[in-house]
Amino acid sequence: MSTVTEQHDTHGDEHAEHGLTDLGYIKIAIFLAVITAVEVVFSYTQEQLGAAFLPGLLILMAVKFFMVLLYFMHLKFDSKLFSLMFYIGMTLAVGCYAVFLATLHFFQS
Amino acid sequence: MADTAVHADAHVDHGAHHTSTGLSNNKLAMWMFLGSECLLFGGLISTYMLYRGRHSANLGPDQVWDIPFTSASSFVLLMSSLTMVLAVSSANRDDDRNTKLWLSVTALLGALFVAGQVYEFTTFYREGLGFTTSLFSSSFFTLTGFHGVHVSVGIIMLMSLVGMISKNKVVGDKKEVVELFGLYWHFVDVVWILIFTLVYLIPA
Amino acid sequence: MAIIERPSDEVEVVDQSTPSEATPESSYGVFRRPVETTGWKSWLFTIDHKKLGIMYGVVAMFFFVVGGIEAMLIRLQLAGPNGTVLSADKYNQMFTMHATTMVFLFVMPMAAAFANYFVPLQIGARDVAFPRINAFGFWAFLFGGLFLNTSWFLGGGADGGWFMYAPNSSVAFSPSNGVDFWGLGLQITGIASLTGAINLIVTVINMRAPGMSLMKLPIFTWMVMVVQFLLLFAMPVITVALFMLMFQRSFDATFFSVEAGADPLLWQHLFWIFGHPEVYIIVLPSFGIVSEILPVFSKKPLFGYPLIVFSGAAIGFVGWGVWAHHMFASGLGPISVAAFSVATMAIAIPTGVKIVNWTLTMWGGKIKFTVPMLYAVGVIIQFTIGGLSGVTHSVAPSDTQQTDTYYIVAHFHYVIFGGAVLGLFAGMYYWWPKMFGKMLNERLGRVNFWLTIIGMNLTFGPMHIIGLQGQPRRMYQWTENRAGEGFFNIGFWNLIASIGTFVLALGVLLFFVNIYVSHRKGTEKAPLDPWDARSLEWITTSPPKEHNFDRLPQVGHLDEFFHRKYEDRGADGHHEFHQVATAEEVVAEEENNADGHIHLPSPSYWPILLAFSLPIMAYGVIYNLFLLLGGAVLALVSFYGWGLEPHTAPEEDYDPPTGTSMEVAAHG
Repeated sequence: MSTVTEQHDTHGDEHAEHGLTDLGYIKIAIFLAVITAVEVVFSYTQEQLGAAFLPGLLILMAVKFFMVLLYFMHLKFDSKLFSLMFYIGMTLAVGCYAVFLATLHFFQS
Repeated sequence: MADTAVHADAHVDHGAHHTSTGLSNNKLAMWMFLGSECLLFGGLISTYMLYRGRHSANLGPDQVWDIPFTSASSFVLLMSSLTMVLAVSSANRDDDRNTKLWLSVTALLGALFVAGQVYEFTTFYREGLGFTTSLFSSSFFTLTGFHGVHVSVGIIMLMSLVGMISKNKVVGDKKEVVELFGLYWHFVDVVWILIFTLVYLIPA
Repeated sequence: MAIIERPSDEVEVVDQSTPSEATPESSYGVFRRPVETTGWKSWLFTIDHKKLGIMYGVVAMFFFVVGGIEAMLIRLQLAGPNGTVLSADKYNQMFTMHATTMVFLFVMPMAAAFANYFVPLQIGARDVAFPRINAFGFWAFLFGGLFLNTSWFLGGGADGGWFMYAPNSSVAFSPSNGVDFWGLGLQITGIASLTGAINLIVTVINMRAPGMSLMKLPIFTWMVMVVQFLLLFAMPVITVALFMLMFQRSFDATFFSVEAGADPLLWQHLFWIFGHPEVYIIVLPSFGIVSEILPVFSKKPLFGYPLIVFSGAAIGFVGWGVWAHHMFASGLGPISVAAFSVATMAIAIPTGVKIVNWTLTMWGGKIKFTVPMLYAVGVIIQFTIGGLSGVTHSVAPSDTQQTDTYYIVAHFHYVIFGGAVLGLFAGMYYWWPKMFGKMLNERLGRVNFWLTIIGMNLTFGPMHIIGLQGQPRRMYQWTENRAGEGFFNIGFWNLIASIGTFVLALGVLLFFVNIYVSHRKGTEKAPLDPWDARSLEWITTSPPKEHNFDRLPQVGHLDEFFHRKYEDRGADGHHEFHQVATAEEVVAEEENNADGHIHLPSPSYWPILLAFSLPIMAYGVIYNLFLLLGGAVLALVSFYGWGLEPHTAPEEDYDPPTGTSMEVAAHG
């Protein structure tokens, strides 16, 4: 039997500042599953979507990415220092590799 | 007194004792490691994007992908992130039994994912897409192979943790250890979120 | 006097609400934990950052000599026309291994030696955040470096240049195992760099003494922090490149095979995305050392502390955006070339800020040209020369002529040798008394310094000329009929450069002689604070006690040690410092108020075991799958052993203490 102290009274708390309840996480998971389904639908309806296809798919991907990062990995509720560490790496990766691909004319049709 | 660079959030980290920022050393280390992994997977993804069109006519991405199957695999991995979060939640409530349960389910879903990958790769191989068949295949198998190894290592880590919890042999703060294993697992899931879209869903 | 408890609570406090039974008494382990404080075991299983720092330094100096011999062979070959000292193939191996050894096995580990030894001391900590990982990093470096060099005896060294451009480095053009040793060896040492980076950053962020805010950190610690961030994010990029190279060589992947459709520039981009941050990794620690030394020997605080911090961070950040300046002549296209050219010019600015601040630190100061100060000033002058040639490279049209000539070789040796290496020697002479309790001989040090300066300028100065006259890099011979005439006869300058190498070698030899002479029987013990220094690492004995500080220092100022010795009695912004305490008194004050209970982490043998599994696996990749499997088993066992090991050893593993004057508190 554990005594939940002040410091650890987080995941049981429904207040958004301290994280989500188990039910909250399940809702997020359902949301992610739905987004994934939408993505798959997108991949089958490329022609109908036209110019909206690629940006739409990438946005859906980004939404999933940040949902897992911010909620499942708790980054939204934790010290900003953790966010800093991760976002520096993420930014350098996106930046350098985008420039790398651009230099090799990847983004030109 | 602001002699620290960052104020600790109201949510105090487990094991965060006697440190200048009030944050846990281990958790800081894990986030830095994940930040550096962005550059690892970024390099592999970029190389794949560069080479995805370099293949022979009948063995390109659009010919070999089985989107329904991969979608199911992706769903499995996504759900494993949910079960991982539930494991962390149980650990935070000192509920060893459910912690072990959810960790095991997570590992199982991860193993299901890896099994799916193995099935997918052997199918590709039988269809003529081997590791060295083309630049597309080399970069595809390297990217997904690295990811698969990360998942497999994660599965071993999770099952080891279950064992250590059973024998009460976890060194350090048990809640924190579960949380940190969770961070690693979620990151591996996040990389797959990128791969699923960029590799499978965007046609050549 | 401090009471050190060895079997004690864990350094990281266990969360009391979930008591784990992984107490020290119930560790697994067939063998008892190593707990020796003296003898070879105390070195082999140590997790003490100071011992690890010394070992990093010793091994780095060994590889410096190895790399130096490789350089001397190159210069012997090029001293005259139609050289016969080295065949073309051996020459390729020599310049590849010289550079690889110097960059990865000397300069980086030497900086790691100082970082390991002094960062915890400078922030007022007792060790780093993850001591066992620290130990692992050292052994991985040692084993990786040795593994790499066994290539010499196993078919030949790597021969594709330290930048190992593919497809030239694939099996068709480099058939021996040299490149495989190179790739695998660097993966092993790369793990050491990555784990070390995480360790040091967490240490600086989380283990500072009370009152030590980030903007009171000594500049050396700041520069080391920036370097660790660079390592953290740059190492994975070369990891990707090395894996792809190994897959190409071992499994016939075609990542770099142009005839299979590969992009000829893929390797170059990946390598230089790592490679450019790498050169700042090389030079920034020495910038930090210079920033420590100049104020001490100018008797003035560092000019523009915040500017130096921010320019260091700026260099680290902008350094990610310039990599393709190594590729100006590779056919990038005008837009890319222009963009990278501008970015490269921009990065000269923060570096220039540092030079200005260093100069202004000395301006109006009471300058004492001790040997460390000579070296520090040497850095400023020599690095600036290298920086000036660097600026000429940033102008892409000029670089098109300069690239792949000796002009580039001149540039990077001025910045690496003149910047990084001179700075490391400055650190040696500056911190030697603190580390070893003896001063290095000043007179010998002066001769060492001047021989080094004369030697390096004789060696690398002429390379500007011969480079602009057209002598290409990586050519194993030059001939008389291509040598040109008059002042620009490259034959003459090649000879001068080769002679310079021997002057340099003599200078380095004198450094070792100095060490020997300074440690002979009967030499005087160094004073606690021979230089009248300013930062926390000097508030310790020489060498520091195992636990570093008897009392964790309370920090109120930048240059805290200085402010404990000197009180400012000036008024209205005018400073007038009067000495109120000697160094001995400051240290005694700490000893008399020692912390009651000091917790130290315990040694362990898992780090060295895990590190040892790495070269075994690497040999397995090259030769035999069973070796690979065996190494993997050892690695797996080590992971589990390490993961199950508490932070401190059980009570019964300790013999009664020998050779230590500390009391060990008994635990019930």
